[in-house]
Amino acid sequence: MASITVTVDGVAYSDEVEPRLLLVHYLREKVGKTGTPVGCDTSNCGACTVHMNGVSVKSCAVLAVQADGAEITTIEGLANGEWHPLQQAFHAEHALQCGYCTPGMIMAAADLLRTNPNPSDEEIREGLEGNLCRCTGYENIVRAVRRAAGTGATS
Amino acid sequence: MTTDTQAAAPELGRARLRKEDARLVTGQTNWTDNIVLPGMLHMAFVRSPFAHARITSVDVSAARSMPGVIAAFSGADFGGQGSLPCAWPVTPDIVIPHHPPMATEEVRYVGEAVAVVVARDRYEAADAAAAVDVEYEPLPAVLDMRSALAEGSPKVHEAGNKCYDWVFEQGDVIAAFRDAPVVIERNYRQQRLIPCAMEPRAVVASTDVAGEVTLWSATQIPHVLRFALSAFHGIPEHNIRVIAPDVGGGFGSKLQVTAEEVLAVLVSTKLRRPVKWTESRSEGNLTIHHGRDQWQRIRLAADRDGRVRGLAVDLLADMGAYLMLVTPGVPLLGAFMYPAIYKMDAYSFKCTGVFTTKMPTDAVRGAGRPEATFAIERIMDELAAELGMDPMAIRERNWITHEEFPYTTIATLVYDSGNYEAATARAKELFRYDELRAEQQARRESGDPVQLGIGISTFTEMCGLAPSRVLGSLSYGAGGWEHASVRMLPTGKVEVVTGSSAHGQGHETAWSQIVADKLGVPFEDIRVLHGDTQISHKGMDTYGSRSLTVGGIALAGACDKVIDKAKKVTAHMLEASENDIEFSAGRLHVRGDPSQGHTIQEVALAVFAAHDLAEGMEPTLDSDHTYDPDNFSFPHGTHLCATEVDTETGRVTIRSYVSVDDVGKVVNPLIVEGQVHGGIAHGIAQALYEEAVYDEDGNLLTTTLADYLVPSAADLPHFVTDRTETPATTNPLGVKGVGEAGTIAATPAVVNAIVDALRHLGVHDVPMPCTPEHVWQAIQTAQNGDGA
Repeated sequence: MASITVTVDGVAYSDEVEPRLLLVHYLREKVGKTGTPVGCDTSNCGACTVHMNGVSVKSCAVLAVQADGAEITTIEGLANGEWHPLQQAFHAEHALQCGYCTPGMIMAAADLLRTNPNPSDEEIREGLEGNLCRCTGYENIVRAVRRAAGTGATS
Repeated sequence: MTTDTQAAAPELGRARLRKEDARLVTGQTNWTDNIVLPGMLHMAFVRSPFAHARITSVDVSAARSMPGVIAAFSGADFGGQGSLPCAWPVTPDIVIPHHPPMATEEVRYVGEAVAVVVARDRYEAADAAAAVDVEYEPLPAVLDMRSALAEGSPKVHEAGNKCYDWVFEQGDVIAAFRDAPVVIERNYRQQRLIPCAMEPRAVVASTDVAGEVTLWSATQIPHVLRFALSAFHGIPEHNIRVIAPDVGGGFGSKLQVTAEEVLAVLVSTKLRRPVKWTESRSEGNLTIHHGRDQWQRIRLAADRDGRVRGLAVDLLADMGAYLMLVTPGVPLLGAFMYPAIYKMDAYSFKCTGVFTTKMPTDAVRGAGRPEATFAIERIMDELAAELGMDPMAIRERNWITHEEFPYTTIATLVYDSGNYEAATARAKELFRYDELRAEQQARRESGDPVQLGIGISTFTEMCGLAPSRVLGSLSYGAGGWEHASVRMLPTGKVEVVTGSSAHGQGHETAWSQIVADKLGVPFEDIRVLHGDTQISHKGMDTYGSRSLTVGGIALAGACDKVIDKAKKVTAHMLEASENDIEFSAGRLHVRGDPSQGHTIQEVALAVFAAHDLAEGMEPTLDSDHTYDPDNFSFPHGTHLCATEVDTETGRVTIRSYVSVDDVGKVVNPLIVEGQVHGGIAHGIAQALYEEAVYDEDGNLLTTTLADYLVPSAADLPHFVTDRTETPATTNPLGVKGVGEAGTIAATPAVVNAIVDALRHLGVHDVPMPCTPEHVWQAIQTAQNGDGA
């Protein structure tokens, strides 16, 4: 077991964890952040995307021990009083159906807009290549990210 | 039926943003894998590494002694197991092999469960599963359907490898082909697909001291599952509660009664502890039912002027190792759709179901209809090429014109309404069909290495499953009705219970719109409940694009009954005759005097108080309705795809994609458009990317999303979508299904476009998925002079 301290959505947690524990399982099962789901076991689908020290990571591809000392933001910590512009845009553009990919998609899109505040449609598509959605055909996801970019959602 | 509030109502057709979204965009979701119960244990399955083998021993003792392990069971520990259900014995002499949830003597596909370990957490369970020792004696794998049917093939089951022959014939097929000036024959391969809903399957089972079972499952079919669990386990149905919480997509994959659900109930009952199982994606790719996997031989007879005389279809359909819920029936859902929108004199269909040592197949988005639509739309292009006609002209020559509805097709279906001309005209306009044809010609003449192709799919499909009498005539084991109830609360709010079980479709929003429209209550005042058999006691669940066309109509019917009751109450309150009470925009009033009346909310409160109701009047407005459709739903549309194909590398790029769908009247255009987008993506995925591949030993090579290519945003084009609106005449809302239409339409549009780009090189077909390798090989083969 290893001791770690991780800040998740603004709250610090200290835990003893197995070195092999995945960050996503730590978030879901130790911290109770079930808003971040698991969609695969090979880091292809991106459903588990969170921010680690402000940068998007697939939390199934990070060990909890690697997050020691880190600040993690999940979909549950993204809203700041009111919904984040991406959350608003996904709703307004009907960019989700079953919603399983949505937390990861929004967290990945937030990181995309951080590095490229005004992406073209093609850059949005390339930027979200690591996040899979089976429901929407991505058409409305692209629209939503474009809409959020228009509102200056760069954080 | 009361219809006087529908005409000018604002809610139907309004692009309401979804009620579901708030929890989904903020992570406040209720996925099955989120559920934690006191004392809950985790299951991990030990699965066969062989496609076919005899099990000589299963030793779980080492696993049992590992840390945190509460129990470990082999199949033998469960005693004489029943069979997982197959609800669709398509012929009287169909072979339905015994299908225990856990193999005890023989395994017949890689991934079949042979033992289960139950531990305190999922990591310990996985460790212990690795310690289970299973000895196998390998048997020959049976992988190819055609060799499986050959004399002397190794057998999957003692009864042999043929599951059934199902035949259907209308008109004089021999006459249609005899002396036909043009006969075209093609063989198409429907590759095996994995549905890949983004949420993996998950199950939590809990059995209390009284033996009452609660099962949470990521399922499309809580009601069917409850019935099936009762039948399997012999647990009285009223002692089983099935809950489908938030469910992350289905696409057919969660229209199933799975071994894992059945075993979770068994293990929780044995241990008297709640148990959870959540699959990994790799486990899911192996053991969620697969789809398609057919060989299609299609022959078409035509006159020289392009008129289709007849069609003959022979299928081999891979059942996989066992029959699951509707495995054998999937090809039959296509049987009626090969003639599609075309008039002809004769049609025959024969399907042979074949067992192989692979994961069973079953319904995947479209189920039977994508296969049929692909084959007919592909061969219509071949006919056009044979006759030197434009492929659009060959369709116009043969399609049912809008004046001819209702039209009884050669496959005996009655299409109630449609306008193929209108959808096609709109699609051609949006697509710039004539300009692209001109560009195609120019590129051919200049010898451009990147050629342009145009693909057409003028599709229709049958959905809205389904009239119960038709299901009965096809030997299906259940009905096709749907149930809804409306509860008028004393405060004027409305609770709606639907038997339809949403998993991303947006029922909470669309159903609220239907009720707001019917009852004249605010959209926000309506709550829609679903997916829990204790709340929604009756339902047939969600698949086959049936939610709106069956469940939505049931809901409209329940609203009508509420209004009828409210009229009786109002008549008494106003001392008027019931026949003089009118209902419009949420108010009940005396005909000709709108000032004399009450809102439906006021009536609901009066009924709650019940101080002064008419003699014999039951004090409730609450109403139920169970609706059995008279007919299927027949959405249609025209999809046009332009591809650029690099003839030197085989790379395909979709340059533009236009769809014009006609799904009749629309409740929520935003939701409809979303369904079309997702459907098209799924259809393109089959055309270009996805295939479940087994090696020669029967190992699945595509167990991960790195190998099984569910497309990303970067792999798909922008879609231009539009609609025409030809109302259905078979239901009071005029609506048609939309959930599968895009998938059914898109695959042939894309492949037709690829073949069209290469036609002048002698290419007649490219096997799916149309990877650069497949495209390049098709070009090489054609140029070496032996066609493709």
